[in-house]
Amino acid sequence: MTSTTLTPSFDEQYVATRKVATVGRVEISDVTKSYGANTVLRDVSLTIEPGQVVALIGPSGSGKSTLLRAINHLETVDRGSITVDGRYIGYERKGDTLHELREAEILRRRTQVGLVFQNFNLFPHLTAIENIIEAPVAHKRLTRDDARALAEGLLARVGLADKADHYPRQLSGGQQQRVAIARALALSPKVLLFDEPTSALDPELVGEVLDVIRGLARDGTTLVIVTHEIGFAREVADRIVFLDHGEIVEQGTPGQVLRNARHRRTRDFLAKVL
Amino acid sequence: MSRIVAPRSETTAHAAGAATPATDADATTDDTTSASSATADAVAKSGPAGGRLDAGLRVVPVKHWGRWVLSAIVAFVILQFLWSLATNPQWQWDVFAEYFFAPSVINGLWLTLGLTVVAGVAGFVLGAVLAVFRLSKSPLLGAAAWWYIWFFRSVPLVVQILVWYNLGYLYPTLGLGTPFTTDFWIVEFPTTTLISAFAAAAIGLSLHQAAYSAEIIRAGILSVDQGQLEAAGALGLPRSIRFFRITLPQAARAIVPNAFNEIIGLVKGTSVVFIVALPELFYTVQVIYNRNQRVIPLLLVAVVWYALITTVLSIAQYYVERRYARGSVRELPPTPVQRARRWGAEQWNRLGDAHTAAAPPPPAQPEPVVTAAAAASDQYRTGGAA
Repeated sequence: MTSTTLTPSFDEQYVATRKVATVGRVEISDVTKSYGANTVLRDVSLTIEPGQVVALIGPSGSGKSTLLRAINHLETVDRGSITVDGRYIGYERKGDTLHELREAEILRRRTQVGLVFQNFNLFPHLTAIENIIEAPVAHKRLTRDDARALAEGLLARVGLADKADHYPRQLSGGQQQRVAIARALALSPKVLLFDEPTSALDPELVGEVLDVIRGLARDGTTLVIVTHEIGFAREVADRIVFLDHGEIVEQGTPGQVLRNARHRRTRDFLAKVL
Repeated sequence: MSRIVAPRSETTAHAAGAATPATDADATTDDTTSASSATADAVAKSGPAGGRLDAGLRVVPVKHWGRWVLSAIVAFVILQFLWSLATNPQWQWDVFAEYFFAPSVINGLWLTLGLTVVAGVAGFVLGAVLAVFRLSKSPLLGAAAWWYIWFFRSVPLVVQILVWYNLGYLYPTLGLGTPFTTDFWIVEFPTTTLISAFAAAAIGLSLHQAAYSAEIIRAGILSVDQGQLEAAGALGLPRSIRFFRITLPQAARAIVPNAFNEIIGLVKGTSVVFIVALPELFYTVQVIYNRNQRVIPLLLVAVVWYALITTVLSIAQYYVERRYARGSVRELPPTPVQRARRWGAEQWNRLGDAHTAAAPPPPAQPEPVVTAAAAASDQYRTGGAA
């Protein structure tokens, strides 16, 4: 398996050799979001620096996934703002007003932020390589031939060069998720979001996906990862953010949050998952 | 090897024949080796049928007597019917043959096919638009599509075609001009010349078909997993690509079987256009048998043509469904044609093998290669036996 080449020999080593990114700064300020009477995000503020790897952890229903989708504008927020490199995904700011953008413009801006789903959501009627080609061609960034070359490179990078013409159902869960990551990378996003990327995988397949994510972290892409893999979060994340009931309870380096949690809610949660 | 096999098969035979297998097997295992006693035990417990198939035991499959009897009855009924078709002179096959390719029948057939194609294509295109309207976030578009579907499913098709045919009574002229007036200063036509019998039939069938197609297409679109739309949205795919490249190909799996049902129904449903005196297939044979009183053979003419069209459409459906099943199963089963070809190739190979085996080796010049191969296979066989 070629994916093993992505594994650094020492965890510390790749942190030291990480490339320095200049784009992909995400600013979330005072974001509130409710579904009816149910408030899922409460005045959440968070700044993610370019190239930073942030792990969002917390019990289910704590608002992690909603926050992730809000960054991508797949969910709209009720109050507050989210910008990527100073620009809103869904709006244009003119003075003190925000003008909602036309759908085509939102879709174009959304390509700066990639999203990898828990259930992969590969297009089942397209082969692995067709899944990857679709978006760059649709956005008229590349010709079909150039997109194919790019896709082949990306598949090689996730260790699946030989699976290009397989349909998703002919691949294992881990392989599907790696194709999904390659698909997100095809638009060279500034920020890549992962929504519990390994939760739907059999335990023995988790490693191959985490290897790929580790490689991305080393390449200096800004990553926001919602995960239940606390061990992985500790190893790969610069910062761990703990959410509960729609609020950021605690955040800091993995050492601070995982070993010396200040809040009781954090300690309770960690006691359950560790 | 043979030492273990022999007592095991003995025990199996014993256990199978005994009325109380457990005690009997126990008695037998006493004087066998410990290795085989475990196997014998297992065989005795699982019984003779659910047990192991090795050690050269013969397997007798279950006989399905009921299935055989029913098959025989069905075969008898089919043969009896075929026999009566061939021998009963009342079927009048000579009349059938005389009219099957008659010019008027063929013209009627073309009209049937023409109406089917027009109403099928227009119906499904308009149906797709209506389905998208119904799923749209605009309340006006959604409601308009709902009412359209309600209306055209409520009004009998015959009534609708008659109204289109007689539209001239309601609106003597049609044209373009100032809105909300009858001042058609751009173009104006008398309705009766604009809407012929064929146009009335085609419009009626298309609008009727659109209402039903809309619901079929909507069902297909709804069946596509929400995650697919999210993924397409996350990749920023534009709306048209999202619909035509992602949603529709996946919806097609649910749409195609129902769509072919509708089209096949439409082939025969076009016969309602007799109401505006259009000589399609069914109307044509009716006219002929009213003249010559050969009712049965002429109905057969229509039935056989309809059956032929349905056959062609059913084969088309098989391949279209197969096309949209790409990626939905790990491996598509072979088509009947592929299976027949594979079977043919196998038979051919077997024939070839038999031929080579039967041919005696040339005695004069024994080829060294053949001899070596034969020797090797000989050796293998000996080794296996030992």
